[in-house]
Amino acid sequence: MMSFARLGNELYFGRRSFKIVENRRRWLSVAGFFVVASIIIILVRGLTLGVEFSGGSEFRAENVTSTDADIAIEVLAEAGVSDVPRVSTIGENAVRIQTSEADSSQIESLRQALMEAYGTEQISSTFIGPAWGQDVTRSALSGMAIFLPLVALGMVMYFRTWTMSLGAVTALLHDLIVTVGVYALVGFEVTPASVIGFLTILGYSLYDTVVVFDKVRENTATHFEQDRITYVEASDLAVNQTMVRSINTSVTGLLPVGAILFVGATGLGAGTLRDISLALFVGMFVSTFSSIFVAAPAEAEFRMRVSRYKEHTQSVMAKRESNEDLVAVDSTSAAALGATVVSGTHKGHTAQPRKKSRRNR
Amino acid sequence: MAERRLRPVRSLITLVVVAFMLAGTILGGMRWSDAEATPKLALDLEGGTQLILTPQTEDGSEVTQDDINQAIEIIRQRVDASGVAEAEITAQGQDNIVVALPGEPSQETLDLVRRSAELRFRPVLVEGGPFALDDETLRVIIEDEQPGFEIPDGATLDDLARYAADTDGDGEISDEPESSPVNNSDLVWVTEQMIYDFYTLDCTNPASLEGGDQTPAGEPMVACEQTGASKFIVGPTDIEGTHVTNSSSGLQTTAQGTVTNTWQVSLQFDSEGADMFREVTTRLAALDSPNDQFAVVLDGLVVSNPYVSQTIPNGEASITGDGINQESAATLANQLQFGSLPLNFTVQSEEQISATLGEQQLQVGILAGLVGFGLVVIYMLFQYHALAFVTLLSLGLAATLTYLSITSLSWLIGYRLSLAGVAGLIVAISITADSFILYFERIRDEVREGRTLTDAAEYGWRRARTTIVASDAVNFLAAIVLYFLAVGGVRGFAFTLGLTTLIDLIVVTLFTYPLMTLLVKTRFFGEGRKFSGLDPVRLGANAPAYRGRGKFRTPDERQPVDRKLSIAERKAVEAAEKEVAEQ
Repeated sequence: MMSFARLGNELYFGRRSFKIVENRRRWLSVAGFFVVASIIIILVRGLTLGVEFSGGSEFRAENVTSTDADIAIEVLAEAGVSDVPRVSTIGENAVRIQTSEADSSQIESLRQALMEAYGTEQISSTFIGPAWGQDVTRSALSGMAIFLPLVALGMVMYFRTWTMSLGAVTALLHDLIVTVGVYALVGFEVTPASVIGFLTILGYSLYDTVVVFDKVRENTATHFEQDRITYVEASDLAVNQTMVRSINTSVTGLLPVGAILFVGATGLGAGTLRDISLALFVGMFVSTFSSIFVAAPAEAEFRMRVSRYKEHTQSVMAKRESNEDLVAVDSTSAAALGATVVSGTHKGHTAQPRKKSRRNR
Repeated sequence: MAERRLRPVRSLITLVVVAFMLAGTILGGMRWSDAEATPKLALDLEGGTQLILTPQTEDGSEVTQDDINQAIEIIRQRVDASGVAEAEITAQGQDNIVVALPGEPSQETLDLVRRSAELRFRPVLVEGGPFALDDETLRVIIEDEQPGFEIPDGATLDDLARYAADTDGDGEISDEPESSPVNNSDLVWVTEQMIYDFYTLDCTNPASLEGGDQTPAGEPMVACEQTGASKFIVGPTDIEGTHVTNSSSGLQTTAQGTVTNTWQVSLQFDSEGADMFREVTTRLAALDSPNDQFAVVLDGLVVSNPYVSQTIPNGEASITGDGINQESAATLANQLQFGSLPLNFTVQSEEQISATLGEQQLQVGILAGLVGFGLVVIYMLFQYHALAFVTLLSLGLAATLTYLSITSLSWLIGYRLSLAGVAGLIVAISITADSFILYFERIRDEVREGRTLTDAAEYGWRRARTTIVASDAVNFLAAIVLYFLAVGGVRGFAFTLGLTTLIDLIVVTLFTYPLMTLLVKTRFFGEGRKFSGLDPVRLGANAPAYRGRGKFRTPDERQPVDRKLSIAERKAVEAAEKEVAEQ
């Protein structure tokens, strides 16, 4: 297997290059397909909403003597709860009981009854009012409505161009929709904790994208001073150069989150942890894909609508046509970036080596 | 370039001093104050009950922040009064109140918390014993009130109550007054429906004492005394509890200023309330018992029904009587005081977590964190070889700083670490590690460009810095927005996420970067030895080595492919060949 460092080298120098931005239409179509498919799946299949959204009660019993679902059904029926509860076994000796009927006044008595029936002291209960989930969703949406313009504006200021801001937001929306789409497709339960996870994806997705765009910006800092490389090629080089970092970042991101999923899967507790991390796990996968295959291609697509870049690309192409020799620089290597050699200057006395011994430096 | 020279040792010392100061603060706090060596835990890790309530006004008007604060005060008073220690009642966002009760609070306490706070002064129209009327009594009433009425055989208790309540004998229970009432004490308010309700109401049944009544202020109602000792039909509201400005309990003082042994509850109305109270007391004082009483109705239950002996003109009343002792006076005063806020509470969520489950959740969180930490370091070892130790040290330092910050924050501002907060901490591992990845990759980029390692550590940092700051800023912004969303566990998550983002920035600037500049001076890293993670050859450094006279050697030229062997090497090779040949 080729080592990552070697792959990094080849990508860095353009000896090996994935033409992602050049084939941007293809990747954007793929991403667009994912988004449309996600929306259709969300609309058709709907999301599996947790008890937090419909309102109701949930009991989690641990160290039970028996995981028989009938026990819970009987207890609830005796207490006058007409709705047949959803009972699921988690792990070896834990049971989760969900019902949409029991209200907050019944919780305590039901808990006691269940404790007796299951022969355990460890029962936790949750009651959720019917408006709670909607509250969370509403707040999440309003949070997004605040976050997106803020961050778009911040990116415009940081990158000094609207195209990168728009590209990042495009990637972000893609991540969010596709993640929710995956939830709808697999049927993962959506809880308020998952909503927290979805919101965190916003930050994570942008974070990933900023790094790629930073490199693009660096590669195109002196873009109009050269005529050997087009914007798309420079952007492609940036994507390739940051690819190893993107992969490393994703892996280090997924490892702790995966650890939560793995550790959390064995026990009953930590539902919040599990829900947040599942949303993050899915979201991180999607956002790694988008930071490579969506953000920069979308940005280049927007950029190519700016006439100055369009003309520059045409002039580079025209030059290549007329002078075959120069096309030898087929690879988008760093040297092709039009890096100019600047002569050195005197850097002042402070730059001179000190007289002191090495130890005191 | 006249950039400030980095003094790596100084940065490192600064950071160590900061860490020790944090630790010292906590130790000092433990010694002289109530600080603890571990962060305080939220209920989902400690066990307990958490309710999220949304206060709503009766008339649907907007709940202001003041209302919320007042409601919190009321609930806190109630909870404290009920003897639950260390309850935490806080506002969450614009319109939620979070009540966190440690341990397993009783049903009474939970009810107390949820109880709507609505107080009304209504005139007493009818007073009676607490029991629902039985068969015999009802038959007597029917005979008395409607002579000649034939009671059908097999009439149930409910039927009898119906016949008895049907005073005009039209066979229907009307809920409209017969004529238009003159004032709130007018007995015309006692409709057939009221009578029926009154007959069937059993105040000895605990279910009747749950309160939560929603009768509009302008209508009469039947109500139990709060202990279930008697029941009433009370007229429409004379004065809303909101007009009460103050109430207190104390020993009665005579006009001469001597303190007597009689406990009393004093009550003050605002000016509008005082006018109303004057009218009401004038009206009531003229009536006979039981109609000379006014009922203080809190949440549908009569908490007090004092009679009025004379007109009270100035809006300052005092309630005394046989039933009023020190305890009941204080309770009534509190009820009057707190009842002046017309708020209802909707339970948004109620969560009960046992202490063992809380502990288990914490263990899961810590275990997941450690596993995640270990996996990241192993992966870094695989990717960046010896540089992984820089990661390990930096992550360890970040973890220490985070722990110290959270512990001191939980002491200073009462921050409590929740499960969502733990999730934030675990997610932070990757964000922090990513800063190192960014920096290391940048150093590698610089090495590939042909810089020496010493330079690469410096220039790589300059380039990585902007990216790290930008991406951390994005994260921090996300954390702030999440924090102010303030729904459910979001706040705990956003808090740790934001905190660790800041700590990441501090650690990478004041620790990782200075450490790298020191490390590249060592021979192992500085010369890019194997497994240092900075091996230039392995990184395919494209260093255009200077050959002199303005000419450069390309890397290919520098490859020592056709290097002539030294004499010693040549001899070694010959010896080896010879050996092979001999065998």
